[in-house]
Amino acid sequence: MSALLEVSELRAGYGAVRVLQGIDFSVEAGEVVVILGANGAGKTTTLRAISGMIDATGQAVFVGRPIIGRRPEQIAAAGIAHVPQGRGTIVDLTVDDNLRIGAYQRRDSEIASDIDRWYTTFPRLKERHAQQAGSMSGGEQQMLAIARALMARPKLVLLDEPSLGLAPLITQELFRTLGELNRADGISMLIVEQNAGLALKLASRGYVLETGTIVISGSATDLAGNDDVRRAYLGI
Amino acid sequence: MALFLTQLMNGIGSGAVYASIALALVLVFRTTGILNFAQGEMALYSTYLVWFFTQRSVPVWIAILLAMIISFIGGAAIERILIRPVEQASPLVLVIVTIGMFLAINSIAQVQFGNDIKILPRAYPNKTWLPGGVQISSDTLVLVGVLLAECLILYLLLNRTRIGLAFRAVASNPESSRLVGVPVGRMLMLGWAMAAAIGALAGALVIAPVGLQGASMQEILVYSFAAAALGGFDSPLGAVVAGLIVGVAGTLTTQYLHAVHDIELVVPFGLILLVLLVRPSGLFGSRRVERV
Amino acid sequence: MTADRARIIRLGVAFALLIAAVYVFGWYIPQFYEQGTTYLWAEALYIGVAAMGLNLLTGYNGQVSIGHGAFFGLGMYTTAILMQSHDWSFTETLPVVAALSFGVGVLVGFPALRVKGLYLALVTLGLAVLFPQLTNRFVPHDLCKTCGTSQVGELRRVKLLPPSWTPTFIKHPDQWAYYATLTIAVIGIVALFLIVRSRFGRALIAVRDHEAAAETVGINVARVKVIAFATSALYAGVAGSCFVLVKRLATASSVSVFQLSIEFLVAVVIGGTATVVGPLVGGIIVVFSGRWISESFPSTILFWHINDSVKNLLSPAIFGIGLILLMYVLPDGIVGGGRRIVNSRLRSLRRGKTSPAST
Repeated sequence: MSALLEVSELRAGYGAVRVLQGIDFSVEAGEVVVILGANGAGKTTTLRAISGMIDATGQAVFVGRPIIGRRPEQIAAAGIAHVPQGRGTIVDLTVDDNLRIGAYQRRDSEIASDIDRWYTTFPRLKERHAQQAGSMSGGEQQMLAIARALMARPKLVLLDEPSLGLAPLITQELFRTLGELNRADGISMLIVEQNAGLALKLASRGYVLETGTIVISGSATDLAGNDDVRRAYLGI
Repeated sequence: MALFLTQLMNGIGSGAVYASIALALVLVFRTTGILNFAQGEMALYSTYLVWFFTQRSVPVWIAILLAMIISFIGGAAIERILIRPVEQASPLVLVIVTIGMFLAINSIAQVQFGNDIKILPRAYPNKTWLPGGVQISSDTLVLVGVLLAECLILYLLLNRTRIGLAFRAVASNPESSRLVGVPVGRMLMLGWAMAAAIGALAGALVIAPVGLQGASMQEILVYSFAAAALGGFDSPLGAVVAGLIVGVAGTLTTQYLHAVHDIELVVPFGLILLVLLVRPSGLFGSRRVERV
Repeated sequence: MTADRARIIRLGVAFALLIAAVYVFGWYIPQFYEQGTTYLWAEALYIGVAAMGLNLLTGYNGQVSIGHGAFFGLGMYTTAILMQSHDWSFTETLPVVAALSFGVGVLVGFPALRVKGLYLALVTLGLAVLFPQLTNRFVPHDLCKTCGTSQVGELRRVKLLPPSWTPTFIKHPDQWAYYATLTIAVIGIVALFLIVRSRFGRALIAVRDHEAAAETVGINVARVKVIAFATSALYAGVAGSCFVLVKRLATASSVSVFQLSIEFLVAVVIGGTATVVGPLVGGIIVVFSGRWISESFPSTILFWHINDSVKNLLSPAIFGIGLILLMYVLPDGIVGGGRRIVNSRLRSLRRGKTSPAST
């Protein structure tokens, strides 16, 4: 079997504090995988370790190539796009420039047509194309951060709490768009999310992370039916 | 009126120099968030290089170009070797490191090239024109022309190229830039490199008429600090406008306000204080610049 | 149990250090050293006093100033003028200097409230470069024998002799200057220690760490910041008075005031920001490093012979490079870093004894 991303024994932390105690998981091509967990369980750390933002040990193989120990720009070039928590748009740049910087690693001639394409997917961004990113609302900035990640034509998108700080209606719209992107373009996603209900509807598989260890894994429907998951993350 | 315009032109001439060095300070600040105390001394060293080349009968403009190239590389090297290891340290530590560089570069330049006054050959003929009784010297014209050229090149580089876009992205949000694959470290080096090259050019042009020695850049640096603060520290446009304001305000007040005779420095700093009281982040600065 | 023992050990070490310091600073240095060295120690002490004040502002309150040389100069000129033209004694000038520099500190501190971080540093830089121009212009010229170099000139020697009330072991003017500076330094340390541990000290730190949060718990942020600024100005002013006693002149060139401001900041950071004795240690290093370089630095490096004039030119480079290296190794300064290392050693020792299995 050859997963898109195959992670095993991943350990990472900050200074002397180890957050991840060696976790194993995988993402298949075309799949949406969700990682659930409480605050401080290590969800963000997992994504940061994969995209090379923090030092990590263990194995992570992405399309057949090991990525642990590589620099973030090399990992980005390999085809992983990370949308960090709290939007992470480049606030001083215009919407146009944010999308252009998303394609920094590309040298083909289709960048302009890709920008038009994401403007069709996210019409709100088109209206504000010359505006500074920092002057937009939270939801718009989240759309922009995702569109910018897609500009790199990634094989895998890492999404860190995409619903954080968004109104419920906007969150639903966002997840609908993410689902369409996955179905229509086959973009794989690894999502870390507190809103377990929406995330499990979108995902095909999921993992539950508790204090740096994976305690439950399975298909999204299994997880949604699991009593522990329902009690802890779905509030039922 | 002619006297007024003459002083105005002189002010613009010296203001162009402050603007150039302030521009260098802003480039470094925007990328690495550092107030570079050694910026003036880096320019001093570059100017010594110009002198060194001209002594070996290299034509002046070629010597300046060579010094700019070496400074560009040297600036990048300083960022990579001296600044990178303490990039995450407290702002105060960074201030001390650049003060250390200030002392070291100044003293190494004097040991290497000697501490006597060096006379640089002029890069252009020294002429004065008198249209309508207003004195305009070739110094002023060249300094202003060079400043304009710098601004134009910087503008095109930052706003019309892929590297410029990456540079602006890093200045605004290094983490997100890294995640889309921008080599952040190289952009920081580019900021320091461009600053060093601009400083080299400004240093060589402004020092040539007065002679080069160890303390040549220190007063200029003080005025440039004033200009950078007035302009808002993270705005290249602000640095240029404020540099000219500081230069003009300096010459005009010494000419017309006898109360500030011998205390010329009251002017730029009085000006900064006034502006900062009204706008705590400078004329063109963004409000986010609060850390040291 | 072990925690108690560690505490006792620490107290014992501190007490022993204190006794040693009293002997070395109070007796050995002024009595047995050659005068030139005593003089340098006095210089180190007043730099340390100014740095202590700056540390209150920068280390504890988070406001960076690169202009405290101006307050130092204010104290220096006030003492010099009062002693020279009004026949005051040194000790009589001190309350005036303290009040004056505190007052000017308040005046400067108020506009400084609006200005933060980098901008404050630059406004204070303005103070440092302006001060010499002001003295040049406004200090009466009859006080100034060599006005081109903007000096107040050498003070009359008689005033610099130890006053009659000093104990008999203080004989020489250099010794008197040293003891006077030492006394001021000790008062400065004790006062700083008390301030830092007081309610006001906690307010200083709260304002530094989170201004908005400090405000919400009822701290008057503006008052705290202005008082911190004025107190640090007072330390710098009194240190400037000591300069007059030690060097027997008052001088303020644009280079020297800026240089002093930088020296204070360097002393704070290499000694250890937000530590009580760090700035004093920093002051000693700042003053003695120059002498170490001129006396003990090797005169050949590999194949390069360094003669004395080159050494003089090179000494700022050696100091500057030393400064950068120190920041790489001990970014929290000598006292701060030393304390961190000792504490982590103690902790690992203790942990090793009580529970060897745990990580």
